[in-house]
Amino acid sequence: MSGERIVRVASGQGFWGDDLEAPVRQVEGGSIDYLMLDYLAEVTMSIMQKQRARDPEAGYARDFVPLMERIFPQCIADGVRVVTNAGGVNPTGCAEALVEAGRRAGVAGRAKVGLVTGDDLMERLDDLIARGHELANMETGEPLSVIRDQVQSANAYIGAEPIVEALGKGADVIVTGRSTDTALTYGPLIHEFGWSTDDHDRIAAGVVAGHINECGAQATGGNCLIDWWNIPGMAAVGFPIVEVSDDGSFVVTKHGGSGGRVTRASVAEQILYEMGDPTDYITPDVVADFTKIQLDDQGNDRVRVHGVTGGPRTDFLKVSIAYASGWKATGTLTYSWPDAAAKAQAADRILRERLDRLGLHFDEIRTELVGWDSTHGPLVGAAPADLPEVQLRIGVRSSDRAAVERFTREIAPLVLTGPPSVTGFAGGRPRVQEIMAYWPALLRREEVESALKVEVRDV
Amino acid sequence: MTRIPLVHLAHARSGDKGDTANVGVIVYDEAHFDLLREQLTPAAVKVHFGTMVLGDVERFELPNLSALNFLLHGALGGGGTMSLMNDAQGKVFSTAILRMEIEVPEDVAEAVAGRGRVPAGWTPEAYGAGPA
Repeated sequence: MSGERIVRVASGQGFWGDDLEAPVRQVEGGSIDYLMLDYLAEVTMSIMQKQRARDPEAGYARDFVPLMERIFPQCIADGVRVVTNAGGVNPTGCAEALVEAGRRAGVAGRAKVGLVTGDDLMERLDDLIARGHELANMETGEPLSVIRDQVQSANAYIGAEPIVEALGKGADVIVTGRSTDTALTYGPLIHEFGWSTDDHDRIAAGVVAGHINECGAQATGGNCLIDWWNIPGMAAVGFPIVEVSDDGSFVVTKHGGSGGRVTRASVAEQILYEMGDPTDYITPDVVADFTKIQLDDQGNDRVRVHGVTGGPRTDFLKVSIAYASGWKATGTLTYSWPDAAAKAQAADRILRERLDRLGLHFDEIRTELVGWDSTHGPLVGAAPADLPEVQLRIGVRSSDRAAVERFTREIAPLVLTGPPSVTGFAGGRPRVQEIMAYWPALLRREEVESALKVEVRDV
Repeated sequence: MTRIPLVHLAHARSGDKGDTANVGVIVYDEAHFDLLREQLTPAAVKVHFGTMVLGDVERFELPNLSALNFLLHGALGGGGTMSLMNDAQGKVFSTAILRMEIEVPEDVAEAVAGRGRVPAGWTPEAYGAGPA
C-alpha cells in the first residue's frame, strides 16, 4: 500500500564548514534513501564569487568533492542518492570535479551526476535591468541600478523542479547552485511520491521537513538550549533524518546509537530558527504555514510532524545579490584584573583619539568588551571593577581601504603606549576584509525558469 | 506576585535575516503560554532591548508550538558581513531575551526556580556523556 511507503531523507551538512564526518555517519549508520547537503548561506555565494575571480575552477564548496570520493561507492551500493547545493557559483566546475572523484572512487560506469545551472544571473543583470526589472531591494525599495557597479554575485533561489527532473533522469548525485535550502529535502519527496505542484499541503510539509534538515544537528541536540547540559553522545552527534509518508506527515529522528537528542522541544527550537512571519514562509514552490504544525513526541528520539498546510507559490523568485560595500577590520587586546574593564575603556578612548589625529574617517567604530558586554550589550550594565579579565574588541568600517589599513597598525602600539596589564596581541595585525553587503530582491519566476538547465553525465 | 527572569519559564533560539534578528521563545510548560503572551508584548520587548534594536519589534504567535516569534529590525549593525558586532548573526539574542523579567504568582516562581540553568554539581564531563 502506497500510504505505508516511507522515504528517508538524511541531513549531512548544515553549512559550508559543518562537521565533515557527519555525512559519512549518515551513510554508514543505517538505512537512508537520500542524503541532502546544504552548503550555502546568505554570505557564502559572495565568498565563492571572490574565490572564482581568483581561480576560474573554484567557486564551489570544495569539501564536497573529497567527501564524495569517500562515500560514493557506498552510496551507489546502497542506492543512496545525494542532493546538494555545493555547486555555489560554479556548479559546472563542481560537477566536473565530482565526476573525476567518482572515477577515482571506482564507480565509473555505475553512477550518474546531475547538474543544474541557470540560477546565476550575474551575466544577465544589465539585460534584465534594461528590460525593466528593477531588482529593487526588498528592505529599502531602492532599484539595483544604484549599486550596479559594485555587484559581485547575483543568484536566484531556485526550487525543486530541476532536482525532480534530474532524479527522473536517473542522477545519483545532483549538484546545483543556489537551490533553496529546503528544496534539497522536498525535491526528492516530490520525485518519490509524485506530488503535483498544487499539492500545496504536502509540499509545504516537505518544506517543514527541509527546514528541520537544513541546519544539520541544530535539530538533534546541537546548539540546543533546553537541558543542553545532559545531551548524550555529542562527540558523534546524529544528524537529522526525516522519515516521510505520502500524505506529507513525517517523523524526525536520527540513527539508532548516534549521539544527540530529538524531542518536541529540540525540533521546535529548529523550526523557529531564522523564522519570519510563520504564516507566510515563502519558497519557490509553495507558501507554507508554520502555525499549523503539530508535533507529537513519540519518545526514543522520534518526533512526528503533521498538520502542515500551504498555499500556492508566488509569481516571483527571490534573488540573492552580494555587492562590495567598503572595508572593515577588527582588532583585539586582553586586559587583566584589577580594573580590567576600566583599562580597556581607557585604551579604546586613546585609540579613537589617535585615529582622529591621523585624520582617518570611518563610517562606524564599534567597541565591545568580550567577557562583559559583547553578546548582551547594555542589558548587562557597567562592568564590575573585579572582573578578572576582559578582551577589548574594536571594529571599524569605511569606504576608504587605506583608513582601515592604517587602523590595523594602531592596535599593537597600545601595548607599550596605553593602559597597563595588557596581553593577547600575539596574533599579529588584524586582517582587512572587504565587505560584501546583501541585497535581496524579487524577479518574475519565468525569467529564471526559462534559463534553468538540467544535464546528467556518466561518471 | 513576584518577578523572575524569563530564563526559568522558556527556552529560545535566534538567527538572522539581513539586519533583522529573529528570536523564537518557547515556554517549558504550556500552562505559562498565556502569561508570556500577555507580558512579552512587542512594546515590552522593544523596551527590554533598548539601544540594541534600532527598528521595530514584530511579534508572531505559534500556539501550536507554545511559542512566540519576534523580529527585531535593525539589530545587527547592518547584518551579514557589514556588521562589526561579535554577534553579527544574532545567535545569542536568544539568551538576551531570557533576561526579561516576568511577573508570576509566587507558587509559579517556586515551581520553576532553577529551571533553564545548569544544575548544582554538574561538571563538563556530563555534556555528551552516555551512549554513542
